[in-house]
Amino acid sequence: MRALRAAVLIACILAGWQLLFWWAGESALTSPRDTFAYTLELLGSPTFYPHLAETGQAFAVALAIAISCGMLIGFSLGLYRFAGEVGEPVLVALYSIPKITLYPIVLLAFGIGMPAKIAFGALHGIVPIAIFALGAVRNLNPVYAKAARVMRMPPAQIASHVLLPAAIPELFTGIRIGFSLTLIGTLLGEMFASQRGLGHLLMQAIGLHNVRVIMALTLLLVVIAVTASALLLTVDRRLRGRATGTV
Amino acid sequence: MTITPGRVRFALALALVLLLEALCRFGTINRFAMIPPGEILWDLGKILAGRTMWPAIAKTLTNVAVACASAIIVGVVLGTLIHRWRALRETLDPLFAAYYAIPVYAFYPLFIVIFGLGDMPQVLIGFMLGLVAVIVNTLNGLDRVPRALMKTARIHRLGPVDAALQISLPFAAPYIFTGVKLAVAYSFIGVIGAELIMSRTGLGYEIGFAYNNFDNAVMYPLIVLVLAIAASVNTAFFMWEKRLLARRRR
Repeated sequence: MRALRAAVLIACILAGWQLLFWWAGESALTSPRDTFAYTLELLGSPTFYPHLAETGQAFAVALAIAISCGMLIGFSLGLYRFAGEVGEPVLVALYSIPKITLYPIVLLAFGIGMPAKIAFGALHGIVPIAIFALGAVRNLNPVYAKAARVMRMPPAQIASHVLLPAAIPELFTGIRIGFSLTLIGTLLGEMFASQRGLGHLLMQAIGLHNVRVIMALTLLLVVIAVTASALLLTVDRRLRGRATGTV
Repeated sequence: MTITPGRVRFALALALVLLLEALCRFGTINRFAMIPPGEILWDLGKILAGRTMWPAIAKTLTNVAVACASAIIVGVVLGTLIHRWRALRETLDPLFAAYYAIPVYAFYPLFIVIFGLGDMPQVLIGFMLGLVAVIVNTLNGLDRVPRALMKTARIHRLGPVDAALQISLPFAAPYIFTGVKLAVAYSFIGVIGAELIMSRTGLGYEIGFAYNNFDNAVMYPLIVLVLAIAASVNTAFFMWEKRLLARRRR
């Protein structure tokens, strides 16, 4: 049933796309069929592969940084009540400001290239991961932490052996959202601060008004993002189900 | 004086700014990389006193307002409609779940090609970013309307539009407000981001222009201005929500 609904949804989107193509014409966008064909062609071409690898690499490093720093911030603010009260509004405010305006500062600090992209991606991912980690730690049953303290566990061990396992479902939701935002951040970084990568190709295609490349890259990015997000969502639901004992 | 989280926050922010000021003044941070915070404020004052930047500010704020208002109105209407059709909702659910994973800026080039380089592409990006947050939160709120209230609506023979306007939407208002807050934040992010990527006017464009010309005396004040505007609008909505919730609890 769920597969059927997904199929209906995809069919509707493709139909809408085709209608839009008929309405807007070839100078504005390419038809679904051409776009899929050209995307496959791009994926097969040897000049495209380095760009994909570059983006993947930047994204992987940015995500690793975002997760580790976000967790660290979230855990430290979550464990100490007062620190949490001081820090949480700051995190929420940071989440809602347009971080894209900070890119000139990131570029001035890191220069053009890989480090700037990574920094830009991580910058987008850290805050939501920290907010969810903070919530996860704060909403833990206080008995767990008390039991750990009674057993005189050192703080690092409390975090790794008690709090982390108990908080995993909530933490994973944070990682899922951080994943998408880090991807967006990395791509934005590439659009401004790079000579390689998918974001750079997209920017170049805008400059050249190359509709085929724009459409193919957009399709590729949407497919990657939606697939990854669907997978993460499945894991997320399973973790939550296990935590409440329904699976 | 008691130690409250707010005061500690203020003290920390002040300490950070003073640290930056000191680092810049003593030359640890190069002048080409950053200018001292005091000077940024001074330059910002000069920019605001002059006339050249006001059209860009007005343009950005208008586009944000249009994007945000249309996202809220369309989002609430669509949310109410989708809530009535179960099959439609179950079909759209996966789209909503995956929506924020899609890099919306990837569509920006396409919008420029279709609509030209006017205001429309930027507004559309802000609108698209905000829309789904409003829809999802409207659905979430409408799910919680107690059945007794809807029965009352039927007893009074309210049509679907009246029932929505007078009963279910007001009940769902606090949840919708969560969506509204997100829509405000997202339309700022969308519009200014789009302006930075490619546009002819607006604050985002001016920041990019100043950056490309190494004009730190314009770039930093404008960045601070954008962050200050976004932060104060978001805070204002946050306070408004708090007041609404307090009134409801009485």
